Amino acid sequence: MKTAVIVFPGSNCDRDAEVALRQATGQDPTMVWHKDGTIPDGTDLVMVPGGFSYGDYLRCGAMAANSPVIAQLKDHAARGGYILGVCNGFQILCETGLLPGALMRNMSLDFVCRPERLKIETANSAFTSAYAGRSDITVPIAHHDGNYVADDATLDRLEGEGHVVFRYVDNPNGSARNIAGVISENGRVLGMMPHPERAIGGHEGGTDGLGMFESLMAAA
Amino acid sequence: MTDTSAIIAAMQAEQDEASGQEHGLNAEEWQRLVTRLGRRPNLVELGIYSVMWSEHCSYKSSRRHLSKFPTQNEHVIQGPGENAGVIDIGDGQAAIFKMESHNHPSYIEPYQGAATGVGGILRDVFTMGARPIALVNALRFGDPSHPKTRSLVAGVVAGIGGYGNCVGVPTVAGETEFHSGYNGNILVNAMAVGLADQDKIFYARGATPGNPIFYVGSKTGRDGIHGATMASAEFSEGDEDNRPTVQVGDPFTEKLLIEACLELMATDAIQAIQDMGAAGLTSSSVEMADSGGENGEGIGVEMDLDKVPQRETGMSAYEIMLSESQERMLMVLYPDKIDVAKKVFEKYDLDAEVIGMTTESGRMVLKQFGETVCDIPVAPLAEDAPNYDRPWVEPKKRAPLDLASIPEPEDYGEVLLKLMSCPDMASKRWIWEQYDRHVMGDTVDSSQSMGNAAIVRIHGTKKALAITSDCTPRYVAADPYEGGKQVVAEAYRNLSAVGAKPIAITDNLNFGNPENPETMGYIVKAIEGMAEACRTLDFPVVSGNVSLYNETDGIAIPPTPVVGGVGLIEDLDKVATLKGAQPGDVLIAIADGDPTPGLGASLYLREILGREEGPPPLVNLEKEKGVADFTRSLVEAGLVNAVHDVSDGGYICAATEICLANGVGAKLTFPATGSLLGYFVEHQGSYMVAVSPTQADDVIARAQAAGIYAGKQGDFGGDAIVLNEDVINLPLSRLREAHEGWLPNYMNAVD
Repeated sequence: MKTAVIVFPGSNCDRDAEVALRQATGQDPTMVWHKDGTIPDGTDLVMVPGGFSYGDYLRCGAMAANSPVIAQLKDHAARGGYILGVCNGFQILCETGLLPGALMRNMSLDFVCRPERLKIETANSAFTSAYAGRSDITVPIAHHDGNYVADDATLDRLEGEGHVVFRYVDNPNGSARNIAGVISENGRVLGMMPHPERAIGGHEGGTDGLGMFESLMAAA
Repeated sequence: MTDTSAIIAAMQAEQDEASGQEHGLNAEEWQRLVTRLGRRPNLVELGIYSVMWSEHCSYKSSRRHLSKFPTQNEHVIQGPGENAGVIDIGDGQAAIFKMESHNHPSYIEPYQGAATGVGGILRDVFTMGARPIALVNALRFGDPSHPKTRSLVAGVVAGIGGYGNCVGVPTVAGETEFHSGYNGNILVNAMAVGLADQDKIFYARGATPGNPIFYVGSKTGRDGIHGATMASAEFSEGDEDNRPTVQVGDPFTEKLLIEACLELMATDAIQAIQDMGAAGLTSSSVEMADSGGENGEGIGVEMDLDKVPQRETGMSAYEIMLSESQERMLMVLYPDKIDVAKKVFEKYDLDAEVIGMTTESGRMVLKQFGETVCDIPVAPLAEDAPNYDRPWVEPKKRAPLDLASIPEPEDYGEVLLKLMSCPDMASKRWIWEQYDRHVMGDTVDSSQSMGNAAIVRIHGTKKALAITSDCTPRYVAADPYEGGKQVVAEAYRNLSAVGAKPIAITDNLNFGNPENPETMGYIVKAIEGMAEACRTLDFPVVSGNVSLYNETDGIAIPPTPVVGGVGLIEDLDKVATLKGAQPGDVLIAIADGDPTPGLGASLYLREILGREEGPPPLVNLEKEKGVADFTRSLVEAGLVNAVHDVSDGGYICAATEICLANGVGAKLTFPATGSLLGYFVEHQGSYMVAVSPTQADDVIARAQAAGIYAGKQGDFGGDAIVLNEDVINLPLSRLREAHEGWLPNYMNAVD
């Protein structure tokens, strides 16, 4: 599987994404600088990493969504390529319109970092097939703006069409209907606040994120 | 239109002694300045002298005592005197670390004060070529019932998180305590640890004449002018009006600055580099000039201040030189590398300008609007700074406190609940859940496991650094020499507990007004006690910071010399933490075997009886080392499932903390010879370990062979803490509720 990671000014989980992708695929992902970088032809998966792109100034993800590299990201999506947006990456995907909804400030108003139990809503996706048979996984979260919102019609549609992939067992941020991650209509673009790339073994985050990368390897 | 001639006239105006006094120089210092200069200074020159000779920059009250610290061992690459300390961690790599205070600004404006404290300490580390890999903070607030405490906690925690989270460096450990002695002066001490290749370490020293001086990072504004001077004086009521002197941080720019500097450092463009911290452009340029030259003989600098990127129009030379605007660096480049450097900073959209040249003159020459506004020799600024031998008096010894004279409580269970939920012992989850502990993907153990020391993997290896911060001000107040020893020993103990070999410390000495001989006595004795521990434990000081004048209206803070310790773990498969105790495991105490000290200066005495008296527990440094080595050997041999050092609240609280971290109860059988109060005694040089039953005898036999005390204290299992059948029988859930509940209840209370 050929992978790439987009790096914005202020991205800070780009290295974490790089390490996880290298561990999963056995190959180095291409690191794509937002200003003048290129997503290589034949890339299967583009990861939009967490962090504070542009310092979260204006609105989380808003400025990154207007960066030069986004046109290539949209082309990749249009070709049916896989995109995984984590944390700030999820915020950016919502700002670009590749995913519905938006992420607001946490209900508590505080930043929150802790291991979080996620209910697997569907193992029938390219991102979650390896979780088949499991009801939940535990993955760390670390965000200030993870409170997912969308209008009721959108939420109904997401739920009705099986596009809610993860829900929080103990909602940490006030997200509508406990939504932690959603997927696009074609099942190729996934955004989530929790960090699977921080749960790949060898550290405090556990190993429950590995399944996501294994699923993608199987799909691509 | 800026009236440049008016600015120049003001800058060049000759100053008098009264003006010197307004700048914090006393009569003697003013005379010293005029003698060194051979004339009276102008305004710019006076501003520069006053900050360089401030307590904050010159360490004029502490310098002669700081020299008592050992600063070398076989691992030390760079001791005190540079931006941060550097130690060899093998395989051509180095750990670079330092702790620094931001006490005064954090009291005045807690969010920005704490945030810029984090930013500043990060710069000290990446200035030297290290990628920051961990942040730690040691916080002390006033009494929880004081009207300002809650908002200060909220602001400081949000500031630390706001900066560290955005910059993307994990905040992995810390300590937070409360005492009325900090009501008027909170302490915010931040430590950063970075990782570098030994052949890519950068220093402030070594710049040679004829090279360009390169300014990078944020533009210079009027913020933070006189911050260093503020940190060198007492507070009085109403000083919150100093808010404009607190700097404003921008972690986004810092993140870009880290990446840009590390990218440039990978080339051979930089000859010397210094971040602009306290006293900004002044101290950074003076320090590089003073330590410049091939043999450190010193060089000169000439800068054109019109070239300095400025945020506002009409800034004077005085303001530009004293601004403490954040996220700025000063470098001396090799002349043919200017384009390379500019390109890197352009990529990150950061300001970068050549603002001057290094010279052979040994003078600092500054120009603004084409006129010379400063022309002074560099050497006196740094080397001739006052170096006081402040008068001090020996702190009074406290009368011994006989354990037998302390009444036994009616209900030991209530005592345990009260201790586990008192502000100093209660869980700080509310705080550390606001810090990103996992970014960078190498956090093996953090505050999350309530443990002894954080463990951060060295990226891409099986090695790790153990990191801790420690201080027990109760002990230092009771006896600064013994308390000083204990501060260092506890850091050593915490690192050893996880299986690390302790290597070196950074210190952050927080005290009151050194011009008060009693306070000065505490400073001197605490340093001497710490130095003895550093020597005996081969645990030198490689960097540090002194914060004096933590005093409001004549009331000083409790003496608080904090240390940040760093140790090396060679193999991550051989570590132990608070987590891992299994039902059925045996609880074994490992100790130096010295007689049990009293309850003097203990948490029990303060929290249960409301008394702050008696001498602190003593540290036997020789035995400390032996017990630590033994405990580490158990960890390395894989014989312990969980480990904890004994500290606040004694054995019983240590055992309870292991139980809470693992969600498993314990039946404790302490032989009740005499009073059970002995189990609240804060015996030093002691650990508690959880060992599987099949290995317990082996552990005890090994201890006997090593001449160290080890004794079974109980068994893990069930869901309650039970002491001697019925002395205590408390469900773990009740203890957890009390332990976890205090801080969120306090922070969320509405009154």
